Amino acid sequence: MDLKDLYRDVILDHNKRPRNFGRLEPCDTSADGNNPLCGDRLTLTLRLEGDRISDIKFDGKGCAISTASASLMTEAIKGKDGAAIKHLSELVHQALTAHGDDSAPPAELGKLAALAGVREYPARVKCASLCWHTLDAALKHRANALGEAPIGPATVSTE
Amino acid sequence: MNARVAEAAYDVARVRADFPVLSTTVRGKRLAFLDTAASAQRPLAVIEAVDHYERTSHANVHRGVYQLSQKATDAFEGARERVRHFLNASSLKEVIFTRGTTESINLVAQSWGPRLGPGDEILITWMEHHANIVPWQMLCQRTGATLKVAPIDRRGELDLEAFRALLSSRTKLVAFTQVSNALGTVLPIQDMIAAARAVGALTLVDGAQAVAHQRVDVQALNCDFYAFSSHKLYGPTGIGVLWARESVLRDMPPWQGGGDMILTVSFSGTTYNELPYRFEAGTPNMSGAVGLAAAIGYLEALGIERAHAHEQRLLGRATAALKAIEGVQIIGEAKEKSGVISFVVDGVHPHDLGTILDDEGVAVRTGHHCAMPVMEFFDVPATARASFGCYSDDADIDQLVRALGRAREVFG
Ligand SMILES: Cc1ncc(COP(=O)(O)O)c(C=O)c1O
Repeated sequence: MDLKDLYRDVILDHNKRPRNFGRLEPCDTSADGNNPLCGDRLTLTLRLEGDRISDIKFDGKGCAISTASASLMTEAIKGKDGAAIKHLSELVHQALTAHGDDSAPPAELGKLAALAGVREYPARVKCASLCWHTLDAALKHRANALGEAPIGPATVSTE
Repeated sequence: MNARVAEAAYDVARVRADFPVLSTTVRGKRLAFLDTAASAQRPLAVIEAVDHYERTSHANVHRGVYQLSQKATDAFEGARERVRHFLNASSLKEVIFTRGTTESINLVAQSWGPRLGPGDEILITWMEHHANIVPWQMLCQRTGATLKVAPIDRRGELDLEAFRALLSSRTKLVAFTQVSNALGTVLPIQDMIAAARAVGALTLVDGAQAVAHQRVDVQALNCDFYAFSSHKLYGPTGIGVLWARESVLRDMPPWQGGGDMILTVSFSGTTYNELPYRFEAGTPNMSGAVGLAAAIGYLEALGIERAHAHEQRLLGRATAALKAIEGVQIIGEAKEKSGVISFVVDGVHPHDLGTILDDEGVAVRTGHHCAMPVMEFFDVPATARASFGCYSDDADIDQLVRALGRAREVFG
């Protein structure tokens, strides 16, 4: 286990220069995520065309892993539809939690594979997965809003 | 005592040999355990006392007429006497065993607290641990009393003038920490207690971060409640103490019902046991009490003042070393501090710092330290915190400084 596997260049780069940083106004749906243990906070704002994400931004403050993970996520899912996002989300989750598994993550993950080093640092898995949980909350919030009763702003907490 | 003389006689290598965990390694590296403020490590004296109790003396206390139960009762009550002496309490009736500081404070809030009502005030400070905030918020919600908070300044010191100004005849209880776990600040509790008494308020001291580092004399302090946890004092988890002035305790109803806290139970009415048993419902943590007594014995033999002088020297050295590193900012620079240094590093989130330091074998706490108002005051989401105990040494500090260099390398 090597620190360099956790803090790969891609992650350090996305931490320093996060992509899609900020807020979309107006937006079709949004959600807040926070990880009270380390004080990470994240807000996602999305624009949708049907179930395709046409644009997404993230805002907030967090550690390098959570910031890079959110930045990489926004790049990876922009333009994708619901089914593709669900598939990707499952792959990411597997890659993050496959503790002790040293096989290479699937090629489909693309740059997101850089996050796989987290698997050897169980205390950090929550940092990397926060944005994905928040995305899930934003999409569910949207689905609820399109149903009968609109609900208040979505929030997830990893605790 | 002359601190320099004490320091010269302090053999930290021998102290370290008493703590088995310190010779373990992390990822093949020497363990630099710098998280004593969260929970201290246990010396062999404690581990062996608990082991001996479990092997030779365990049965339920205060119940059996057989010899083994008497042995357990003697061990448990012997521990109470040890605590009484340690705090210089005037009576065993004033020493209540709890699960820890948190439970001790909740006991006061739930048993003493309900007498409050609208118009009454509880005063705390901005640097309390959540354990000394939330029980009072809950009590105020229930009773309509008001919670007041005395401010701190940028150095992390209590604003004593503002504290005094917040005291009035409405103030019924003043609850404060003796040492801040997030900043290391030592509070002027003698002055605070005197000021609170002058307006007729009771005082509760949260001694969680203090007992292992300075001698406590509850009679000299003249407070009404004193709470601490065994695990911050080199003892086991799951046990702690509430000391309370007997005259105050007499006036407090039981807070939990069950065995041990009664004299007689019948459906026409139940009579409660005497002090302190009235506040100890159910089978207590006997092995924990035995371990706590052994921890007190260990620390007294070592010399609290000598250990403190040693920790103060480390604090001075580590503070200077951290300040010399570019980008490191220390949060909390009170004049009088305990062996606690909270800090942040430019461009490195505390959580990342924690992981990198761990990779170098350095154990520090990162996060909000259960003191979120303090984090808010200094406008940081979290800090890293290095804290010292009687076994901390110069090599721990050197390792921390090296590891910080590594963090700055990674985050260039
Ligand atoms: C100042 C202070 N008060 C209260 C507590 C709570 O102690 P415990 O968790 O042992 O009940 C702590 C522990 O972190 C503390 O540092």
